[in-house]
Amino acid sequence: MNLQTPLGRARGLGSAKSGTKHWWAQRVTAIALIPLTIWFVVAMISATGNDYNNAQQFIGNPINAILFILLIVATFHHAQLGLQVVIEDYVHNKPMEIGLLIITKGTVIVLGLSSVFAVLSITFGVA
Amino acid sequence: MAIDNRPLSPHLQVYKPQLTSVLSILHRITGIALAIGTLLLVWWLIAAASGPDYYDTAQRCIGSTMGRILLLGWTYALFYHLANGIRHLAWDSGRGFELNTAYLTGWLVIISSIVLTIVTWIAGYVVMGGS
Repeated sequence: MNLQTPLGRARGLGSAKSGTKHWWAQRVTAIALIPLTIWFVVAMISATGNDYNNAQQFIGNPINAILFILLIVATFHHAQLGLQVVIEDYVHNKPMEIGLLIITKGTVIVLGLSSVFAVLSITFGVA
Repeated sequence: MAIDNRPLSPHLQVYKPQLTSVLSILHRITGIALAIGTLLLVWWLIAAASGPDYYDTAQRCIGSTMGRILLLGWTYALFYHLANGIRHLAWDSGRGFELNTAYLTGWLVIISSIVLTIVTWIAGYVVMGGS
């Protein structure tokens, strides 16, 4: 028995079978971001008003650098999952929706990679 | 299309705003604001990797009045989204759906996000020596 409508069958669209994965990834990154955010706030308070050399030492410290990279990856993954839902909810023009999704995900990858690269270049002193 | 003439349920706008619905849409709004706010972190990290001149420019902009106002907004958005996010995770585990519990945790989110924002900024000014 097929519960799809004839139109639905003709279009070949239906569940992409990936909804649970999206939902789950959003929760897992959310849980990871609880301790990472608390670390980030405390770290940024301690780094308030740092001059250039202190900032280099602060970001380049191996533990801080790793935590920064974890924070960046979790934040941007979480952000693009959330923004995707917002776009899917409010943008009803299909080409516009797909375009915005591609722009969002592309931007997030560029920003995430650039920040990780910045942290690594400070850590390894190639800046 | 005939489908457009079907009766629709009332739009959300006809309902009086309630604490629960206002906090719900605020979670989205702060989430979007934080996504935009990541630009500040990205900029600051790249500036720190690009040399003293770039870093000093970033620090000056962030430390300006406008920069501090934006940073204050983002601090609040971060704490709000964090606190309400924990509330959402509790709901995801099936807890806290009773009406009075939902209101209680809602008020807890509001109070804790304001208190944490104030504490963070006081701590920041203390670290800076009051400037």
